Amino acid sequence: MAKSLFQKVWDAHHVRTLANGQTQLLIGTHLIHEVTSPQAFGMLRDLGLKVAMPHRTFATVDHIVPTDQFAEPFADPLADAMIKELRRNCAEFGITFFDRATGKQGIVHIVGPEQGITQPGTTIACGDSHTSTHGAFGAIAFGIGTTQIRDVLATQTMALGKLKVRRINVNGRLRPGVYSKDVILHIIRVLGVNGGTGFAYEYGGEVFDRFTMEERMTVCNMSIEGGARAGYVNPDETTFAYLKGRPYSPKGAAWDQAVARWRSFASDAGCTYDDVVTIDAATIAPTVTWGINPGQGIAITEQVPDPTKVSGDERSSIEEALAYMKLKPGSPIKGTRIDVAFMGSCTNGRLSDFQEVAKYLKGRRVAAGVKAIAVPGSQGVGILCAELGIDRVFRDAGFEWREAGCSMCLAMNPDKLIGDQLCASSSNRNFKGRQGSPTGRTILMSPLMVAAAAVTGSVADAREVFSVPSA
Amino acid sequence: MSLAKITSVKGRGVYVPGNDIDTDRIIPARFMKCVTFDGLGEFLFYDVRKQADGTDKAHPLNEARFKGASVLLSGANFGCGSSREHAPQAIQKYGFKAVIAEGFAEIFFGNCTTLGIPCLVARREDIARIADAVNARPDLEIELDLNAREIRFGGQTVKATIRETDRDALIHGRWDAIGELLEGRNAVLETAQKLPYLAA
Ligand code: SF4
Repeated sequence: MAKSLFQKVWDAHHVRTLANGQTQLLIGTHLIHEVTSPQAFGMLRDLGLKVAMPHRTFATVDHIVPTDQFAEPFADPLADAMIKELRRNCAEFGITFFDRATGKQGIVHIVGPEQGITQPGTTIACGDSHTSTHGAFGAIAFGIGTTQIRDVLATQTMALGKLKVRRINVNGRLRPGVYSKDVILHIIRVLGVNGGTGFAYEYGGEVFDRFTMEERMTVCNMSIEGGARAGYVNPDETTFAYLKGRPYSPKGAAWDQAVARWRSFASDAGCTYDDVVTIDAATIAPTVTWGINPGQGIAITEQVPDPTKVSGDERSSIEEALAYMKLKPGSPIKGTRIDVAFMGSCTNGRLSDFQEVAKYLKGRRVAAGVKAIAVPGSQGVGILCAELGIDRVFRDAGFEWREAGCSMCLAMNPDKLIGDQLCASSSNRNFKGRQGSPTGRTILMSPLMVAAAAVTGSVADAREVFSVPSA
Repeated sequence: MSLAKITSVKGRGVYVPGNDIDTDRIIPARFMKCVTFDGLGEFLFYDVRKQADGTDKAHPLNEARFKGASVLLSGANFGCGSSREHAPQAIQKYGFKAVIAEGFAEIFFGNCTTLGIPCLVARREDIARIADAVNARPDLEIELDLNAREIRFGGQTVKATIRETDRDALIHGRWDAIGELLEGRNAVLETAQKLPYLAA
């Protein structure tokens, strides 16, 4: 019988059925970071348990690291305690830690793929909701809570109910100036922030076939913002080419065997899905959010909604969002003044993101009064940007170029909005207070749109600002 | 490990209205700089409860009449956003034993079950009725009955739903899966042997 990738990976990792009907699922790869793991190690110690497969657990530090200070101790004693705790836990339990001194540190969802740890046909768990990123490789990757981190540490398994699978096809061609970030913002706008509840999203169609691995990661990253528990793309030649030669990728004869095996996990033609959604790529515009959840998005050419034109719940949620964002009902989003431009995060902090922006940023200047920061998602990304002179382009334009980390995506480090500052951000969440100030405001957009906002000082159409050729 | 069988929760309620209440609102990220979950309760809903200077804003949790409530009522898609267990931990440490909402984000829902916090889904109009009753009489006892899948309050009864695997885990006292997962050790090794990428 024809099966989806999800079904095949699930079957291969199903250990047994538990009393309540859930599956005990083997987790092949466990990624951990400093924020959600210390309590799990604490629980492990309380129960007198060991880590079941330390060689399948990998750690990095990302959320709390300052991006403008490398030396320790960190100025923030709580942050300093957290990095030390992770170091201690990894040493005690024999876990590989991509610490800053290794040159391999970075946001967990960037480090896994970069090191070749993220592989097709595998299960991955991490105490972080954006673990769905790893699905870009044809892995089934779950964000989990701390008690489940304990479960995975102690048993290399977790209890989970099976998901349904929704196939999302994006066919045709994206218009110039439209990026993978716009694709996922558009999908969430169409299907809603809880449209994916109970589902894994399988992304496919011509657009995904042509996408690079980094573009696929951007989309899979935000699956969770659409309520889906996981999101993936079937592995293909693009996937294998990306993985070839990476530190943890199989080598020699093992490589060929692995590729054959990876290929076999792709969804079979004719397999059935619980739901299918098809989107025409040509209908997707550069998309920006206007509200306080990632589903509240519009094309850059549109106006923010007018709550008086709708009723009930929809009306009150628009009113709440516009009041928080300090936007006028029915006004164009284009031209909204910004204070901060943030370029980075696990959604758009990869080499190609900086590379694409650098193409257009050369010779341009960040507008007066705008604070612009560019933060590579990993030390690896930072090194490549430096080799290619990309950091220079950003610096010359007036961006601050920082050390790797989550930075202003969620501001558990010194990079924060102040007061009600408005930030044009390449990250993934625009929740109230997300960027560190309880009244701070976030508009999500693609990296090139962030650059356009940075140089004009307001939300702008990058296609106009940078004269993006129309074909 | 023997866990309590959670078949029913009784307590006073408090209604925190709103849809899509995300985990950043439940517990702002800056309070997650900690290596234990202790003390998280006091930061529950911090930014919507407190002014910048630490004084109270108007919020149901700040009202004296709702002190001691153990059943949290809210709207649709409650707990969306992050997988941080800090959110359900803060809810539990604040003193809540159960949540009733129109719907829950999946990871949050699972995290709650694992902590023994039943999350029941009820219809919007029924939540409004419970909220009205609670607002009129804050000392009213609400009972969540997981066997009957019902919520009872002030002589009224409304239907509730909860994912069956989680209901089963709660009522049979196996909501923390660790014991059962550990028992599967041999089966885990067998499955692992069939997966080449797990070889040490
Ligand atoms: S970059 Fe942002 S979303 Fe990604 S892991 Fe870090 S904090 Fe989370």
